[in-house]
Amino acid sequence: MSWESPRDVASDLEAVGYLTDSRIAQIVFLADRLNKPILAEGPAGVGKTALSLAIAEARGRRLVRLQCYEGLDEAKALYEWNYHKQLLRLQSDEGKSWDELEGDIFTDDFLLSRPLLDAIRSPQPVVLLIDEVDRVEVETEALLLEVLDAFQVTIPELGTIKAVSQPLVVLTSNNTRELSEALKRRCLYLHIPYPSVERERAILRSRVPDLPEVMGDRIAETVAAIRKIAVRKPPSISESIDWARTLLALGIEDLDSASAGDTLNVLLKYQSDIDKVATELSLDADAADSAAGAIAGIG
Amino acid sequence: MIRSLTGFVAELREIGLPVSMVEVMDAADAIRHVDLSDPDALRGALGATLVKNGRHYRAFDTAFEVYFGLRGPLGGDDEQASDADAAPPGGGGGEGVGDDELLDGLVEALTSGDRDRFLELIRRAVDRLGGIEPGRPVGGRYYYHRVMRRLGAVRLNEALLAAVREQPAEDALLRRLEADKAGRMADEVRDEVRREILRRLIADRGVERVAETMRLPLVEDIDLMHATRDELESIERTIAPLARKLATRLSRRRKHGSKGRLDVRRTIRRSLAHGGALLEPQFKPPRRSKPELVILCDVSGSMATFARFTLQLTHAISSELSKVRSFVFIDGLDEVSDFFRSNADFHESVARVAVEADIVRRDGHSDYGRSLCEFTEKYLDAITPKTTVIVTGDARNNYRETGIGYLEEISGRARSLFWLNPEVHRYWDTGDSVMSVYAAACDTVDQVRTLRQLEAFVERAALPATRPVRRSV
Repeated sequence: MSWESPRDVASDLEAVGYLTDSRIAQIVFLADRLNKPILAEGPAGVGKTALSLAIAEARGRRLVRLQCYEGLDEAKALYEWNYHKQLLRLQSDEGKSWDELEGDIFTDDFLLSRPLLDAIRSPQPVVLLIDEVDRVEVETEALLLEVLDAFQVTIPELGTIKAVSQPLVVLTSNNTRELSEALKRRCLYLHIPYPSVERERAILRSRVPDLPEVMGDRIAETVAAIRKIAVRKPPSISESIDWARTLLALGIEDLDSASAGDTLNVLLKYQSDIDKVATELSLDADAADSAAGAIAGIG
Repeated sequence: MIRSLTGFVAELREIGLPVSMVEVMDAADAIRHVDLSDPDALRGALGATLVKNGRHYRAFDTAFEVYFGLRGPLGGDDEQASDADAAPPGGGGGEGVGDDELLDGLVEALTSGDRDRFLELIRRAVDRLGGIEPGRPVGGRYYYHRVMRRLGAVRLNEALLAAVREQPAEDALLRRLEADKAGRMADEVRDEVRREILRRLIADRGVERVAETMRLPLVEDIDLMHATRDELESIERTIAPLARKLATRLSRRRKHGSKGRLDVRRTIRRSLAHGGALLEPQFKPPRRSKPELVILCDVSGSMATFARFTLQLTHAISSELSKVRSFVFIDGLDEVSDFFRSNADFHESVARVAVEADIVRRDGHSDYGRSLCEFTEKYLDAITPKTTVIVTGDARNNYRETGIGYLEEISGRARSLFWLNPEVHRYWDTGDSVMSVYAAACDTVDQVRTLRQLEAFVERAALPATRPVRRSV
């Protein structure tokens, strides 16, 4: 089963609750056709990780996830030899010749698969998510290159293991640093910015179905206005969904300065940001301070 | 198709995008799977394979529109053009007849979402108001401003606002949202007018010529000394990764991959798991030096735009490294580290620097000698053998004492001293610039006028191989 057109991609992903735009659908389609990894870059909380989850769900594939962090190494990303098991084996086999033993302990039985090898060896095709790849050091990126390029892993003792099935790879990056040219060259680049007002409205509608239409419009527009102000942490999509749910739970049917000011702390996570937005949009600044109490009261 | 692709790639490279051979082949491969009649699909495919950096998208989009997006339906336009030209007799110059009608039509088409009518009206507006003369060598921007002026940008905004606002809203937030919505619609008109003019210019002059006039500099090539406000904002958005890179460069381990010393205690503890055999040696994590950074910024009038940029850099670095001390000077010097603590909002910090920093002693013209003197008197203990010092300034000293002795003293105590000069290299040492005097005390002096040059400096600055050995005092 393979996608026939970007439109198929869009409708399949929408069926599992992920609203694409034409560019995202196009690039997912191409990645599937060309067997190339997708490098999704953009601000936090615009649905980069969610995209790979949605692809996995839409295609009925298993998701293998490698969370990157500073200090990630081969043993945690690719494979590791199971020393303890090897040692036990050596002890139980005392008396055998060295050649026999060596061939014995460097086999599949003693290999611990880590996410990358796991994705390569899976008999069913998987979706491989390499999350926040900008967190590893530039040098560690090189680990990924062989996998991304040829879908294979070379283990000195065993030789090269080629992919049994073609995994669909998604890398995400929050753009805290430039990724190396070598990595970028191997990927299809997908920049996901904050959504347009129309798309955000559609997302709100699908995620919070009870939300009155007029509220959806206003929330999407207000969030867009806030993102234009230079705040430290602009609201992400998930935060605007949270905001919509909060307003719904509070029974607010008409978003205005007072109710927006009251609930601003759902959307913004720094007091300085809250103050700034309250002044810029001339919201009720005093209300913003007491907002925490109001939310807590609702439970 | 291959020919347009290579032409397009050549244009991207001309703008400064790094497009490799492999990527071009990927693009050619991707195009085979794309419905070529759909410009958006083509744009997606080319964008994903050729552009690997979010901040290059704007330049890519412009080039794409010129090369692929705007070719095509021109045939039908000519008839319409003659229709429209015939309609207002003698309305060649000044405010054309029937502009209000055009404006109202545009507003109505936008609010009702009638895309076809909207496009048609835009075409008519450009016909009637642009007065495009084939072959006349003026840029697209000239025609664009002409159309927008005659259409009446202010009136357009007002009309849109009036149309969006069904009943006048009392609430401040709602008023703001309405204004934003009208603003978005006005942007749509502007974009479409720009595209329409481009389309005609392309038909007139051919793709390559138009692409040349439309070329936008990439963010990293914008001249920091003369950046516009918009450009400064886009620079501000890209500076955080660079600051982070500088921070990691400075704190880099001296040798890569070395694991540090053997951790005897942990090795023995681990060995108990397999009967006391020392199977897995454990290493202590390598010690990273905690870098200290001292930044001295010239914020005098001649440096205004650049100073804003250096303060931005200071702000970004302060949130990456814990030990950053920053100073600003004109003809006096003051510490501003506290304004830039990682939680501070940048714009607030700059405002505080402008108001609170005590840096004018006499006439408000740069005096490097006096500033350096003040630094060595008050803050010399900020500099230790672990400190990297960065001075930013044009070294234009208004013919005053250079105070080179103070700079040498700073340099002698510090791990390294870098000077960033925003002036073009060939102007150094002309007039009142005393760059070469100061250069003698610096490890390096770099011309930094663009983000690209700054990045090159960051790449070079703290590499272990080139890290200068500390000179003896």
